[in-house]
Amino acid sequence: MLSTQQKLSKSNDHGDFAGPPLIEIRDVHKAFGENHVLNGFDLDLYDKENLVIVGKSGSGKSVLLKCIVRLEEIDTGTLKVLGKNIPDLNHQELDELRADVGFLFQGSALYDSMTVRENLQFPLRRHTERMQGLDEENLILTTLKSVGLAHTVDMLPAQLSGGMKRRIALARTLILRPKIILYDEPTSGLDPITSKEIIELILRIQKEYDTASLIITHDMDCARVISNRMIILINGINYREGTYRELAALDEPNVKAFFK
Amino acid sequence: MVKNIFHFQGLISFFDEVGKVARFASRFFKEFLKPPYEFRELLKQCYTIGYQSLFLIGLTGFIMGLVFDLQTRPTMIEFGAESYMPAMISISVVREIGPVITALMCAGKIGSSIGAELGSMKVTEQIDAMEVSGTNPFKYLVVTRIMAATLMLPILVIMADVIGLFGSYLVESLKGGVTLQLFYNKVMNNLSFGDMVPSFIKSYFFGFAIGLIGCYKGYNSDKGTAGVGAAANVAVVIASMLVFVIDLIAVLISDIFYEL
Repeated sequence: MLSTQQKLSKSNDHGDFAGPPLIEIRDVHKAFGENHVLNGFDLDLYDKENLVIVGKSGSGKSVLLKCIVRLEEIDTGTLKVLGKNIPDLNHQELDELRADVGFLFQGSALYDSMTVRENLQFPLRRHTERMQGLDEENLILTTLKSVGLAHTVDMLPAQLSGGMKRRIALARTLILRPKIILYDEPTSGLDPITSKEIIELILRIQKEYDTASLIITHDMDCARVISNRMIILINGINYREGTYRELAALDEPNVKAFFK
Repeated sequence: MVKNIFHFQGLISFFDEVGKVARFASRFFKEFLKPPYEFRELLKQCYTIGYQSLFLIGLTGFIMGLVFDLQTRPTMIEFGAESYMPAMISISVVREIGPVITALMCAGKIGSSIGAELGSMKVTEQIDAMEVSGTNPFKYLVVTRIMAATLMLPILVIMADVIGLFGSYLVESLKGGVTLQLFYNKVMNNLSFGDMVPSFIKSYFFGFAIGLIGCYKGYNSDKGTAGVGAAANVAVVIASMLVFVIDLIAVLISDIFYEL
């Protein structure tokens, strides 16, 4: 039965990832008209953890990420980020919270009309409280160096390759020093070598900046290397949850299809 | 019967769209009054919409004045009314042709560029990225563009009027030996406050309508790149139609004042 939710690890067993969850999702439902995308989805993301969600196209993975930062509203259920109930926040509270939650969009979503410097300045100037005592230029260059692209500071997005755009988008996400980063298909549309570079960068960034990551991907190589824990999203629920090895060892056609 | 149902549905979707545009406009007025104000982006948009349209509007205005004079001159000579040329041209240009031609040119240039720009930002998730970074994209993208179009159009209209009259003067000077001083005196003696003010006021409405429709279509575009093209196209068509509707209303209202 596809409606069965099953955690392969014990519910309180998260290895090194103790403490209260940074993201807590309980019984979340989201529908677009008759199309029920999330049907009682549950999730916990712990500090410094890399949680990967895999699922077929159209299974609601991206919608889930958008619900977490309230780009989409959930219909019912509980969605808490850093202890705050997302649907209850007003605009100001939501903006403050969003500074702690970075979002790497699938297509990078760099602002075309702005240079790389202006792309990184943009979130900084919206959150001036985070800039106190910091030199803006220095912060931009340091963040660009951490993704290995300090030399592109005056370039326009149109002058960058797909992989470079993804790195700059990551730098723009990192500049506010978020506690959580949401990755929407970080390796999609990239060649295998660039994908590998992005995966390594994500791991390095996580160590350097001490972030927790929620990663949505189709790329099982990416999932294998990055994940501490994985969720398989089918029919709007977390159908199976466990480590990569645990899930890969399962003898279920629905799960096996992802590991072929 | 079936045909009637289709007509009825078409009518419903027309009023549905009108309602949505009205809601979009009311959101503009709400957001426009609320701080923080995006002055830097407003100035940038004034530069793009105003300054970067100067050549196009100037050239159009010049040709308009030149052609208008060349076309009407033979008829006026036939009636022995050659000396009325500057007066007739100035009233026509200032009251009607200048504002309408400028607004139509701007509907093409500005309406399509705003529609395409915002549409492409929407489909590439740049608007979502803006929202996630703590910016109100409606305020940053929509309010500034509508404001800039509203403020810049009257200035462009004045410029088109002046250059149009200069074009007309060139024809009068070459064909009728009229001096600049004489042309100027005849224009100013015949133009009244009541000719200039209504046309100046309606230019604000033209600018507002062009900005509003461009932003509405772009901000709500979907269906990928095809949606971007459609947004730009429909923005031009609807904005151009609205120019004529606003012109008609403005003429009817100013007529009431003339009669009083």
